[in-house]
Amino acid sequence: MPWLFLAPALVLFALFKYVPMVEGVRLSLYEVRPFLGDVWVGLDNYASVLTDPLFRTAAGHTLLLALGTTFGSMLVGFGLALLLEGQARTLWFVRSAVFLPVVTAAAVVGEIWRMLYYPAPDGFVNTLLSWVGLGPWPFLDSPDTSLWSVMAVGVWKGAPYDMVIILAGLAGIDRQQYEAAAIDGASVWQRLRHVTVPALRPVASILLTLAAIRGLRVFTEVYVLTGGGPANSTTVWMTTLISRGFEKQDIGVASAAAVLLFLVTLALTVAVRVYRARKEIG
Amino acid sequence: MSTRERVARGRGVAQRYDTALGWVGGRAVRAGAGGRVHWPALAGVAVRVLLCVAAVLVFCGPLVTVVSGAFDHTPDPTELSLLPRHPSLTNFTTAGEYGVWHYLVNSLVIAGGALVLQVAVSVFAAYALARKRFRFSAVVSLLILVTMMLPEEAIAIPLSLVLGDVPVVHVNLQGSLLGVILPLGAWGFSIFVMTEFMREIPVELEEAATVDGAGEFRVFAQIVLPLCRPALGVIAVLGFNMIWEQYLLPMVVATDPADYTLTVALVSLRSNEEVGPGIVLAGALLALVPSLIVYLSLQKSFLRGITTGAVKG
Repeated sequence: MPWLFLAPALVLFALFKYVPMVEGVRLSLYEVRPFLGDVWVGLDNYASVLTDPLFRTAAGHTLLLALGTTFGSMLVGFGLALLLEGQARTLWFVRSAVFLPVVTAAAVVGEIWRMLYYPAPDGFVNTLLSWVGLGPWPFLDSPDTSLWSVMAVGVWKGAPYDMVIILAGLAGIDRQQYEAAAIDGASVWQRLRHVTVPALRPVASILLTLAAIRGLRVFTEVYVLTGGGPANSTTVWMTTLISRGFEKQDIGVASAAAVLLFLVTLALTVAVRVYRARKEIG
Repeated sequence: MSTRERVARGRGVAQRYDTALGWVGGRAVRAGAGGRVHWPALAGVAVRVLLCVAAVLVFCGPLVTVVSGAFDHTPDPTELSLLPRHPSLTNFTTAGEYGVWHYLVNSLVIAGGALVLQVAVSVFAAYALARKRFRFSAVVSLLILVTMMLPEEAIAIPLSLVLGDVPVVHVNLQGSLLGVILPLGAWGFSIFVMTEFMREIPVELEEAATVDGAGEFRVFAQIVLPLCRPALGVIAVLGFNMIWEQYLLPMVVATDPADYTLTVALVSLRSNEEVGPGIVLAGALLALVPSLIVYLSLQKSFLRGITTGAVKG
């Protein structure tokens, strides 16, 4: 009987997760030649991924982007959570409004920011910057600023998500600790530093790992915002992989890159789980 | 009066402990002696209001420019603003000529189909995992867990090959909406959220029903499902969001621009020289509206979902 209930899930997982997974590993060991038959090449595809300068640049960008977006979102999310903590109805309203970027599809976010980032001096963001005496900046148009601009969009979409999680953490802090700190004469800053932040540590570690794992597979935002350009200044692992696989039809190499991404993600996830489990026991 | 209260009173305004920063509410402004204005409290409230306005502008402003640009007759990317200057609907009619309504229908069919499938599949699987004891149940859980660790993007290329010739049944799903719907039909996260929830429902209810002679499917449909309504809201809203976010999957499944979803079509619309930004913004707005409707109507479920999801990780 249980198998009857499980069957739909297992069939769908088998067909659309496990078969492709196995197929991906198989393809990564072949030189794939449509209509001519595949040729076994062993680990050559892996070697060419690891020595390919474009994949190396992409790996660097992916790490930088993942780190920057993760920490940026967490900092901004923490600030938002401190600002918007509370029961009042207006605060609830502001929180709902601030959360909207999270539910906006990444492709739409990309299109919006491409326009806001319009690099001329009278572009939207540049106009705002000129009011405070900054800019104009080229944003996505120059290799010097493009990666940072992509990162800022990631923070914009990620921070409200972190805010919600941090708010849940803040709600779990015992109010008597705040009261006790006030009696001891602690200033608000000291209370924040010695009571609030330590209490949020478990929440922060969850956010960090979730975001870091998600950050490694970033694709849509980058693809829509810059397509990896200009001059490959924003290529990430997934955009390189996709252009290798679909545009250059180099399916073997692209599959090897995909297997590597999976292995890194898996290693990271398992490491985090083991670390957390050990901490709970110890 | 306790010492604590006396200490607090000594500062003029009762200290508040319900927020980490100790924000005071509007009432504290009039809490000075004899109902006079308490200036530090007023300054605190003013700072907070200003910061809230700034936050709303930063996080909602860009979305408002989409609305105004979509309804503006001559939106120039250099002239995005918070209000349209020449309000009109021409962007939508022109966008229609480029097939935007067709893309929207594609997106909605995929979202509807995949969501119904996903929720049904999750509920069935969760019922088995939460309620039945059977051999290999740990193996099944592990198999589902692995699919959650697998980045969907990493299997995009082999998945597109598999969809071209689905094993066993040998159908070609490339270029059909089913090719997007079926791979989204089973989502590990949704199964786990549902399983956790079902574990908390007391078994006694089902046992009583079984004693009364109800069959397996009746117990499931009439006892378990109605009790799961809160969790159904959670997996429905998170599932919709996950499906609406999809980009790479519909892109690789499409064999022809007519198969595009709205989000995929946006990029090709924008790269078309003849299409002005106003039309792209009209498309972006159409892609934005369904997710806003779903979020605003199921907001509580959404927030509960992401907080429990993050904690269970």
